[in-house]
Parts: sequence; C-alpha cells; structure tokens
Amino acid sequence: MITIHQLTKQFGPVTAVDRVSLTVNGGELFGFIGPDGAGKTTLLRMVNSLMLPTSGEVSLWGLNPVTDYKQVRTMIGYMPGKFSLYLDLTVEENLQFFASVFGTTVAENYHLIADIYSHIELFKHRKAGQLSGGMKQKLALSCALIHKPRLLILDEPTTGVDAVSRGEFWEMLRKLKHSGITILVSTPYMDEAALCDRVALMQNGNVLQVDTPIGITQGFTRPLFAIRTQHRHEALQSLRGWEYVHKVYPYGETLHYIDHRQGVTVDDIEAYLSVCGIAHQGVQRVAPGIEDRFMELMDG
Amino acid sequence: MKQLQAFIRKEFKHIFRDGLTVLILFVMPIAQLLIFGYVVSTEMRDAHIGILDHARDEATREITRRMAASGYFKIDAMLSSEAQIEPAFRQGRLKMVVVFEPGFSQRLQKDGTASVQLLADASDANTAQLLTGYSNGIIQKFAMEQNVASGAMPSIHTQVRMFYNEALKGVFMSVPGLMAMILMIVSAMMTSISITREKEFGSMEVLLISPLKPWQIIVGKVIPYLLLAFVNILTILSMSYWVFQMPVNGSLALLLGVSTLFTLVALSLGIFISTVASNQMVAMFISMFALMLPTILLSGFIYPIENMPWALQVLSNIMPPKWFIIAIKRIMLQGGGMEYIWKEVLILSGFVVLFITLSVKRFNVRIG
Amino acid sequence: MTHTETVITVSHLYKKFGKFTANDDLNFEVYRGEIFGFLGANGAGKTTAMRILCGLSSPTSGTAMVAGYNVAEQPELVKRNIGYMSQKFSLYEDLTIWENMRLYAGIYGVTGKAFRDRAENLLSELHFLNHRHELIAGLSLGWKQKLAFTVALIHRPAIVFLDEPTGGVDPVTRRQFWEMIYEAAHQGTTIFVTTHYMDEAEYCDRITIMADGKIKALDTPGNLKASMGVETMNEVFVGLTR
Repeated sequence: MITIHQLTKQFGPVTAVDRVSLTVNGGELFGFIGPDGAGKTTLLRMVNSLMLPTSGEVSLWGLNPVTDYKQVRTMIGYMPGKFSLYLDLTVEENLQFFASVFGTTVAENYHLIADIYSHIELFKHRKAGQLSGGMKQKLALSCALIHKPRLLILDEPTTGVDAVSRGEFWEMLRKLKHSGITILVSTPYMDEAALCDRVALMQNGNVLQVDTPIGITQGFTRPLFAIRTQHRHEALQSLRGWEYVHKVYPYGETLHYIDHRQGVTVDDIEAYLSVCGIAHQGVQRVAPGIEDRFMELMDG
Repeated sequence: MKQLQAFIRKEFKHIFRDGLTVLILFVMPIAQLLIFGYVVSTEMRDAHIGILDHARDEATREITRRMAASGYFKIDAMLSSEAQIEPAFRQGRLKMVVVFEPGFSQRLQKDGTASVQLLADASDANTAQLLTGYSNGIIQKFAMEQNVASGAMPSIHTQVRMFYNEALKGVFMSVPGLMAMILMIVSAMMTSISITREKEFGSMEVLLISPLKPWQIIVGKVIPYLLLAFVNILTILSMSYWVFQMPVNGSLALLLGVSTLFTLVALSLGIFISTVASNQMVAMFISMFALMLPTILLSGFIYPIENMPWALQVLSNIMPPKWFIIAIKRIMLQGGGMEYIWKEVLILSGFVVLFITLSVKRFNVRIG
Repeated sequence: MTHTETVITVSHLYKKFGKFTANDDLNFEVYRGEIFGFLGANGAGKTTAMRILCGLSSPTSGTAMVAGYNVAEQPELVKRNIGYMSQKFSLYEDLTIWENMRLYAGIYGVTGKAFRDRAENLLSELHFLNHRHELIAGLSLGWKQKLAFTVALIHRPAIVFLDEPTGGVDPVTRRQFWEMIYEAAHQGTTIFVTTHYMDEAEYCDRITIMADGKIKALDTPGNLKASMGVETMNEVFVGLTR
C-alpha cells in the first residue's frame, strides 16, 4: 500500500505540489489526471525517490523514499515522461541493457513482458530511434518491467502517441494489473481516467478529488444538456445572455449547458434557442463526463 | 560487475554508432597533428642556402657539390664573411648557412676530425630542423667515405645553431601541446557531453532509479574514453616519431604513464563539468571556453609562459595542461626521468583527486 | 452556416520521396470560415500535406490552391495569407507580449498605427491589454496558447494552421481556446487544425482522417461516428486505421 501524507514540493516561490494526501491500494491501477503544470511529474518523482519533498511523507509498503531510497529503487519500474530509451541502440540491446543494469536477464523475466514485447520482437534488430511512437512506448514499458518491479510508475506514457497505440497501451496496463503489480500512471487526457481503477484529479499542485471514475462523474449532480448546433459561436453568445444560465461551454462537437433551475427541461432550452433564432440539431440531457466534473471542481 | 560491463558495452555502442564522435575521436587528432606539423611547408626542394667556406679545399668543395646535387638545396650565395650571414637571414634570402672551418680538409686527414657549423633561420622551426637534418646526413655520409691516414674513423663534427628561435618551437614543441589539447577534447568534452546527454534525454532518471551505483555510472562513462584516449596517445606519439622524427629521449613507459595521468585529469574534469551542466550545449560551452581556450592560450602551448603578464603567469599554474606539457617535454626532448618530473606528476595527481572529490560531492542521486 | 466560398482546393495531390508515397492522391476542399480537422497517426502523411499547403514544399504532382494561390507557383503569396501556430513553438519566451506581437506583425508588414490598433484590439478582446509588457516566460501555458493564436491572427490571414493547439491544457482553458477559434471562424477566418488527439477533432466542423498517405474519411464528426455506429472519435479512428 502507498500512503502519501501532506506531500509538498516548493521550487522557490512556486508550489508544484501542495499538501497532497491520498492512499493507493496494492494491485491498483491509479491515475493522476491533470493538465500540464498540475504537479503530476513532481509528485511521481517524490514517490519514486528521485526528488526530495519540501515537507510531508510518502510510504511505499512501509519504506520511505527519502531514507530508504536504495531499497525503494529496486522495487520500482519507471518510465519517465521524456522518452528514455537509447535511440542509437537496437530494441534488443535496450532491453538487454536495462535487464543487466537491474541485475537480471531477459530470459529470466521474459514471461512478464512476453505479451508486450511480442508486438515489437519482429523489429528487435532495429534501432529504437527508428520505431514508431507506439512501438517505442511498448519497448519502454518492456524495459521498465524487465526486473519484475512491484510498483510501476508511468509518467505521461501516452502523450504524443496516436489513438490506436494508446488503446493498445491501456489494454496492456489492464493485463499487467491482473498479475498483481501496482501501477501509478499520469496523463493529461481526461478520457483516460475512465480506464483507471481510481484517479486523482490534479490542478495547480492540488488534488481536486480522488475517486473511481464513476464516483467522480456522479459528483456532478446538476442536470446537464448537450446542444448540437452548427452555429456554436452564436449559440454560446445567446445562451450566456439567458437569465437562467449557470454555465455553457463547448464540449466536443456539442455545447454543454447547465441551468440555475433544477427542473429545467429540454423543451425550455429548445424554446429559448428558437426565440434567439438559432437552428439546432437537438438538445439532449446527457450524463456528465470527467471534464465536466473537473471544470466544476476547478471553480471551487 | 555484470551491470558495469553492460554499461561499458553500451557506451562503446554509443561511441561507434555516432559518425561525428568517431570522427572527433580518431580523425581529428590525426588531422590536427598534420596541420600543426605542416604549418610550415616541408617542400624541401631547392631551399636557398649560403656557403661560408673558410677552407676552400677539396673536401669542402666536394661537400658543397653533394649538397647542391641532392636537390634539397640551392646554393644561392658564396659568402665571404660572418657579417653577411645575419643580413641574409633578415632579408629572408637564405634559410641556412654552412660554415666550414679553415683548413677543413687538412684537419680531417690529419686529425680524423673536422668541424662544420650549420646556421639556420629557425623562425621557421620545422624547415630549419629538416634542413640541418638533411645537411648533417650528407656531411656524415661524406665523412664515412673518407680514407684517412690514421686509420681511425673520420668524423666531422657538425654544430647546429638556430637563429631567432633557439628553443626551436616548431612541431616538436607543438606535439606536447597538441596532445594536451586532444586529450582534453576526447576526455573532458566527450565525457561531459555523454553524461549530460543522458540527463537531457531522461535516461539518467531511469539509471538513477536502477540499482546502478553512482560510481558505476561514472566509471562506466570513464573507462571507454580512457581506452580511446590511450589509443589517441599512441597514435599521436607514433605519428610524431615516424612522420615528424620527433625523438623520445626518455622512457616510453614513463611518457605513457604521464599521458594516462593527464587523461585521468581530463576525465575527472569532464565528470565535474557534467555535474554542473544541465544539458549538452552547456557542457559543450564549458568545455570549449573553460578548457580549450586556456589549454591553447595559457598552457605555454602557443604563447611562452615566461612572456605573459604576471597575472596570467599565476593563472597558468592552475591549468593542468601546463604541467603536463612541461613533464612530457622533459621526457621526450630532454630524456628526463621521474626524478625530473615528480613535481608535475604530483600536481596532476592533485587535480585528479580534486575533481573527483568535487564530482562525487556534486553527483546527485536525485534530480532537483 | 452555409459554406460556399472555397479557400483551399486540393486535387490529385501526390508527394513522393523516392519510392515512398507520403501523400497519395489527396482531394478535398475547405470552405471559408470552416474549422477543418486534419487527423492521422504519426507518419500518416499529415505533416507532409500541411507543409505543402503552407507553401513550404512542392507537390510531386497535382495542385493545391490556398487562399486563391497555387502553392507550387506562388508559395510566397500563400505564406502572406496564412497564419501558423504550433504547440511546440509559438512565442519567444524572453520577449514581452507586445514585442512578440510587433515582431510577427512586422514580418507580415503590419506596422505603425495599423499594428497598434490591431494589437490593442486583439488584447482588449482577451482582457489582457494591461499585461502587454509582461514577458511570455512568466505566463501560464493556457495564456501562452491563447496569445499564440492571437498573434497568428495579427495580419488577418485567410487561413490559420494550428498544429495540436490544445494538447495538455486544462479543460477550462481549452474551452476558452476553442471559443476563440469559433469566434475567428465566425468572422470568416478558416481554421485548419492538424492533430492526433481525437478529442480535439470533436470540436471541428469537418474532419479528414489520413492513414498511409491516403484520406480514409472526410465528414462531420457526428456523421463519421453515426456511420460507424460508435460513440467517440477514438473509435472512428481506430476503426479506420486498423
């Protein structure tokens, strides 16, 4: 079990991580979700012992990354945000190097990575620099897993990777989870929250909420409407001028509308839109997404 | 141990897979040595020389004839007095003057020994060196062929005098400086860049997280460059010896030992730079400006330290290349042994200890 | 929003590098005031196509007309009439907001009073006029993005090319950014967005999906999802490129 208590990191006047407290259960796939600059990387680096906290504590199964960093480091598999493989070494050479450095061999733990590595084994004599983004990511994951870590820490593993590879990557993480490994992963993509067991929503060094993805969206209790129109700019202006509006904002190809009144209906909104002369292709009551809740939490 | 091996193997792969690195490591030293060695043209045909023949006998005429016939020299002037020598050098008309002593032939026959003076304009050190070398060869060959009455081996004593540049700062002088410079580039710059590259690409984070110990990372980075630097030392020395006929008067083992010591200084400096620099560009700039320029300007490589202002002379004492250059000149040119260079060796060892201590202190097992 | 006026016309566009065909018979039109999404995985050929449309590279065959000019024959005129913003590089960190604006305006020949009026107008709309003498380095990522977009509009280009404009920004800022885009589109600027983030694609009027150098699909996000019977653009993309 991982316990984070009042963890804070200060860089000069900037508070990158601000009194964060949470626990992660063993075997959990836990996500840190937030935009760039939210403090995800700093937080993960304090957990993996690469950075010293300004104050607060981390406990990894009873070990403190500050004082017991040597033991902590042997049990962690880590993929930093920057692509960390050696581009001038081949796929196989990278894997062998990381295996040797962690005091093991590829053969010994091959079963752990077989599922992932099999995707790229065909290219094992190719230099890592010539792999596609998705393949690099699979190789980096193989390298992080080769020493059979108890805890896997992945810092923005899917940034800059196309949708297909992202999907495959999350599939792999789910499989790994079944082998009992605890996984901490950070991502700026809100839609990836749904793929975690539990997530912490982060913004400006603070954790806004920790819950299951369903729990998070259930925290959004106001009625939410999606308006489909080709005249998004005009519709936004008109709706903002309505006396009952609480909030309205673009959401994918629709606009999300939240009213002050609890009992507002689709008909009310459609009526208002036609008064304003805005053509639309339908108003629907919809279930909130992670982003809706995230924005609500950001408002405080 | 296996971890260290894997690390070193990886380093060698990085080095040999990067064309630019290979070029810097292996081609640049040779190219630089050639450029420095041949800054003066070694086109030795028809060098203008003068003869001041106080003897005017059979032997001196024959030596003069042979020199003219060798093709290396063009006898430009027959001088009649010593007073004419300097003006001829000053005007750049002559590169060398051969002075035969009075009664040359007679002395050679009777005493079995005679002497000749070779006066060269050494402002062009390399040419002067070659001219006197060739002349000496012709003269000695002539001496060997003489049948002398006494039956003893005849000998002609040649006395070489260099004008304007008595210390003869030419290729012989530039080889030690060049070695210092190349070892600095190979060792300090390449190591610091290769360590900072890992920081820049984020792989250092993974290495730190791994069970590799800091000393293993450092040693793993140092060993490949130490070996490559040693290859460079051998290349430079063999080239200076065979291409430029530079003598190695002292012990070769001592020479290699001191060079390796200096390589260690440079490597520890490189590691130190990498603990200060956050990325490759910074490492490169520190190496260039903090190492290369002082190596070239303040070590006595190009400008003699004796002629520097007092402040710079003091500053030159903290330049490791200065001590290295002094030491290897003593070994190579003066044939000095350990007893002559112990002070330099001690100072260089001090630098190694200093930089390693600073690096270990600064090497962070964490980031930020 | 009825689209009649065409600002980009691409027909039978091919780009080959040796044996490799990066763009294989591309055909599409983009209308005035449209937000056009250009999607594809890394290496699908979208960067190559965008370089051609910006006048940075010539097609091997076929034609591309951008803002009324042929990219192969009048690349300089194409460049004058487009704006560009990328997430990777946008504004000079060590210059102030105002200095950045003056720089880019100057590059396009907008100077003197014309520049001042335009820049003040744009900053007022952002409610950021009081901050104009602050360094870019001190701003949040969200503000940098919004300002970069503003600067890309400073010479009133017909088309603005945006390269992954909102990756990594928080949901609120991201929406402010899209609202700026809607506003610009509403005023007649065409917005050409290249991205591989599928959630960015959802905000576009129409999108093309490229794979292996070819256009696999071109329609509104809603129609694409409906035609494949899926819920998200992610699924559309995975379905089309697998």
